[in-house]
Order: sequence, then structure tokens, then C-alpha cells
Amino acid sequence: MQAADRVILADALSKRYKLGVRADRDKTLRDEITRHVASAGARVRRRPGSDDPARFTWALRDVSFEIERGEVVGIIGRNGAGKSTLLKILSRVTQPTSGRARIRGRLGSLLEVGTGFHGELTGRENVYLNGAILGMRRAEINRRFDEIVSFSEVEKFLDTPVKRYSTGMVVRLAFAVAAHLEPEILVVDEVLAVGDLGFQRKCIGKMSEVAGEGRTILFVSHNMAVIQALCSRGIFLERGAIHTDADIGEAVRSYLRSVEEDSLSDLADRQDRRGWNEVVLAGVDVIAPGGRGGIATGMPTRFVFRTRRQDSDDERRLSCTFTIVNSLGQPLATIASSDHGPQDVANERDLDVFVCEIDALPLVPGRYRLDVEIHGRAYLQDAVEGAATFDVAQGTLEGRPVAGGRPGDIAIPHRWIVPPLD
Amino acid sequence: MTTRTHEPLAQTDHDHLPETGAEILVERERGWPSLRLWELWEARELLYFLVWRDVKVRYKQTALGVAWAVLQPILTVVVFTVFFNRVANISTGDVPYPVFALAGLVPWLFLANGVTIGSASLVANANVITKVYFPRLVIPTAATLSGAPDFAIAFVITLIVAACYGIFPTLAILAVPFVLLLVLATGLGASIWLSAANVEYRDVRYVVPVALQLWLLATPIVYPANQLHSPWNVILGLNPMAGAVEAFRWAVIGTPFPSVGLVLTSAVVALVMLGSGAFYFRAMERRFADII
Repeated sequence: MQAADRVILADALSKRYKLGVRADRDKTLRDEITRHVASAGARVRRRPGSDDPARFTWALRDVSFEIERGEVVGIIGRNGAGKSTLLKILSRVTQPTSGRARIRGRLGSLLEVGTGFHGELTGRENVYLNGAILGMRRAEINRRFDEIVSFSEVEKFLDTPVKRYSTGMVVRLAFAVAAHLEPEILVVDEVLAVGDLGFQRKCIGKMSEVAGEGRTILFVSHNMAVIQALCSRGIFLERGAIHTDADIGEAVRSYLRSVEEDSLSDLADRQDRRGWNEVVLAGVDVIAPGGRGGIATGMPTRFVFRTRRQDSDDERRLSCTFTIVNSLGQPLATIASSDHGPQDVANERDLDVFVCEIDALPLVPGRYRLDVEIHGRAYLQDAVEGAATFDVAQGTLEGRPVAGGRPGDIAIPHRWIVPPLD
Repeated sequence: MTTRTHEPLAQTDHDHLPETGAEILVERERGWPSLRLWELWEARELLYFLVWRDVKVRYKQTALGVAWAVLQPILTVVVFTVFFNRVANISTGDVPYPVFALAGLVPWLFLANGVTIGSASLVANANVITKVYFPRLVIPTAATLSGAPDFAIAFVITLIVAACYGIFPTLAILAVPFVLLLVLATGLGASIWLSAANVEYRDVRYVVPVALQLWLLATPIVYPANQLHSPWNVILGLNPMAGAVEAFRWAVIGTPFPSVGLVLTSAVVALVMLGSGAFYFRAMERRFADII
């Protein structure tokens, strides 16, 4: 019977969250007591809004799938599509509101690199602590200690407190511990977004090694290239439900198509936003200034971001950060208005529009999208993936034609020279 | 709702820990919570590492480090002696007041420090709780136990101070582990209740220090309990620390054994606190990751 090879069975998993969790955070004993005392007098104690559907949001709705031993499954979708919620339910961090999942075998989850790391403790101590938190036995950690340390490349600093480590070192050590967890099912959430490229390669190598040993991996990432290299199957979640469950190529295509379609729809209607949303991104335009032709390699280009404040009295200063992403979902460059340079002109008249000008667009012909974040003081106000899509036509960079269809997306101004011969 | 059915994988008992090949069922828990004590037992190594982390970090982070474990009981006893003995004129019979107060204070500080750290422990470990699954009861338990080295130091100080006043322990000192169990049951019970409540109601942390002050006064630490007569000496036992402190003094500095009724009442109350706390905690635990 083939059921013997089935390691995860999700049956109509659903998760409902209360809206305004942040407001809930401030729930206090004092309010509760006042409420009870007040209602004891009135005798009409109503459980506030417990059945009022407007107060809830479904992070996951009726998600069903089966995963067999040895499958490497990429979970893709936009922010808020339910990817993290799904992984949290499978790793038992949170309970589903309804539905169930059956999991066979030891499941190790890596929802964040370095969970439980403590800055005051040394690297060595953190390996043991983190290992124990992730569910390893002490004997197991002892056995694999040398392997973990050599994978992490931080041998020299093992007895230094982790607070003196660079971020890269912490990530390397933390991933090394998790990579040696040896679960039968490994659940990984976007951990490769950190760390330098060399180490990212090493981690991906380790994960494909794990996959090659016949273990099952569930992997969340925004990097479509990595997902496609690693996974054989893709589950594309949209608004808490499965949109596509197919081989990875088809799932990624379906996802990218959907992101692109969304970027054509009205930005203000988009629901897949993050942040406080007291200020939202209302419009994005990519234009060639002066109206001379379209967007092309080497041409002057303007990125225009319009924001809208919910409250017209709101006078906070905003900043805008955007990332140019290629058609495979790989980020190419991030530009932030908060990184000031002498060439910037502060916009004193109208703080609600950001215009970023590039003299010569250094992108090869192709289709690109913009992921945009709006920050107000210290808070993320709005973040929209694929806020706009634009096509770059063939053009010239400093008079030199730039050809598409080769590896890479960036056109770099350059010259060929004849070196001095003596 | 969906009526889709899947063939079950295998009918194994899902209530057991996911050993290799075993199957776990992930679904919403309903009704009366199960304590899952075997999960706690399975997590004993994690408990050990968390206690060790808390102890290590505390000694590393505080400027005085280990010295604080020595200074806290001594300074408090000096203050108590000046105010309660000299000024308020509380008499403790044959036992010199500093020894009397110290022998009451040492188990109390173990409890009070444990409850202070324990009640804040879940919120302090929020990042771990939202990322990794393990029996959550381990967290307040580890926080409460992390006061053990401080207690050991203070215990030795008590023996030294008592010896300076010519009081030496008798065989009764062998009862100290049992008294400690009573203190631990009380401290764990309070920590478990308060840490879970603190996830839901963030003002619990403001209540804890005040409550501990009142609890200190309700415990015969600065004053002796032997002036109380029946039934008050048993009613006092409703405060489990009353029985614990009285029994600790008996075991360490040889004061008369408190009434059996007092100690038994304290033990029963401590166990009720611990048991009810564990069930409350397990019921609240279903929502920790969502609201913390």
C-alpha cells in the first residue's frame, strides 16, 4: 500500500486569527476586572464579538495535501498568503482552528535561524542550547559537535560570546546546528535570505544533500531560482488557500503570473500588504522623463511612488525603499530614500510623493517588478510585493548596445583598454 | 465544512511523542487539557539547558554576579534586624533575631526570586515560543529552578551565621530536601499560574512585585508564628510558605517543630496551586503562540 510512504497528510487545515492582534496585546487584567464587575451589575455579559465574522481573518482555509517520503516541496506565495502559518501548524507551534494533519516521523523546523541564541553565551554554549531547543539530545549534539563547528566555519571564536559575532557568523553557526538536526522531515522558512552568498550556496548544498538522503523537505522562500533548483514540487498559496499544487516549474510560473497580474490591478485594492497601513502605497509609475520613448536600457528613468495617509492630519516623515526584482523573483538591487547622498533634493513641498531618478537604467532588456516598502519613523507602514511591473526595451548604455538573452540582468558601464606596454 | 476524507495513515496512538516512525496528529485541542507529563519527561535535557542558561546569563549579566547571591540575604537581614528587632521590638525567644530572620528569609528569597523570574518567563521567551515546539511548561519550570544556586549559597551562609551564634544543625537538617520540595511546589505553582496569565494580561508583571510584598508579610519571616493559637496556626498554613518557612527553621536552626496541621495544610495548598496551575497553563497554552 502506498500510504506507507506518505509522511504528511493535511486535511482541510484552517487557521483563523483575530483581527487587531496588536490591540489585543494591550489587554489588561484591570480592563478584564472592570468589565466583569460592570457586567455583573448589568447581568448581560456578552462574550464580545466571539462569533462576529468581521473580527476574524482566515490565514489558512481548507488546505489539504499529501506529501510522500523524500519529496522536496517548495511553498510559495505572497506575504500574508499563509505560508508561515502553514509551517507553524505543521511544526506544532500553533494549533489549527479546524482540520487536522497527520505527520509521521521526526519533524525538525527551522522557522528562524538562531532561535533561542543568547548573546551572553559563547558559541559552544549556544550550540548546545540551540540544539536542545530544536529537539536534539545531548548525546546527539556531542556526537555531531565537530561536524557542526566545521560546517559553521567559526572554530576560532567558539569560546567568544555570541554578542561579539558578526551577523553572518551567527547565521552560519545557527544554520550549522539546524542542518545537523537530522529530522526525517525538515521544515525551513526563508532562512537563506540572510548570510553571504558563499554560505547560502553551502546551505543549499546541505539541503540538497539532505533531500538526496531520502528525507522530506518543506521549504519556503521568495527566491524562485533557489526554489526551482531545490524542489521538485511546488504548492502556491494564495489568500490562505492552495492555488496551484503541481511540479515546481508550473507552480512558479503560476505564481509569477499571478504577481504580474496583481501589479496591473489597482494598487489601492491590494490586500496582500504588510505593515501598519496608516500610510499606504497608492500608486507606482516607471516613466521615461520628458516623454521620449519608453523604458529602455541606458535611458534616463524615473520611479514615482505615491502614498496616501489614512489621516490627513498625519504629518510624520516617510521614507521609501524599493527593490528591483527580475522575472525569476531574484532581487537585483534595493534603493532607499533614507540613504542620503549630496545629489538628493529633499522634497519639502509634498512629502507624499517619492521620485527616484536614474540617469542610465542599468538593466538588460526583460521584465522586472518592484517590491516597495513605505516606512514612517521606525515603523513599517506598507509593503507591497510586485507593486509594479515594467518592461525594459533594448537600448544602449553609454552608446554601447546591450544584448539580452545572456546570463545576468545588470548592464555595467565599462570600457576596454589597451594596457600600457612597459 | 469539508467532508473530504482521507485514508488514515495508521492507527497509532497519537498522544505519544514523535519517536521515529510514530505518527503525530496535529489538530485543535478541545475540552479539558491533558497534562502530557511524559512530554515534560522527554524534555528533561532541554529543562537542564534552560536552567543552565538562566543561571549562567544571570551571573554574567549582573555587575555583582555571584556576590549578589551572598549580599541579598545578608543586607536584607541587617535591615530586618534594625527595623523589626530593634525598632519594632519583635522578640524571637531564645533564637538571636538575625539567625531567626535569615532562616526564614532564605527559603523565601528562593520562592520570591523564582516567582519574579518565572512569571515573566514566557513573555521573555516569546521568540522561541513562536518558532519551535516543545512542552511550554519547561520554560517557567526552568526559570523557577534557576534560583537554586542562589539558594545553595544562601543556605551555606545561614549555616555559617548560625554557627557564629553557637547554633549548630541537628539530624533534623536531613529534612531540608522535603521542605525544599514544598517551597518548589509553591513557587512552581505560582510561576505557572502567573506566567500563563501574563501572556494574556500584560499588567500581571506589575501586580507580581506588590503581591510578593504582601505575601512576605503574610509569612512568618520577620515575626515568629508560635504566638498564634488554634485554629489560627492551622489557618496560617493556607499560605503554603508559612508551613515551609516554619519547617525550614525547625530543620536548620532547631526551632520547635510547627504543628502538623500547619505543615499538612501548607502541603495540600501547594499541591493544589501546582495542579490547578498546570491545568490552567495547558489550557492557555493553545493560544500562546497566537497572542504572545
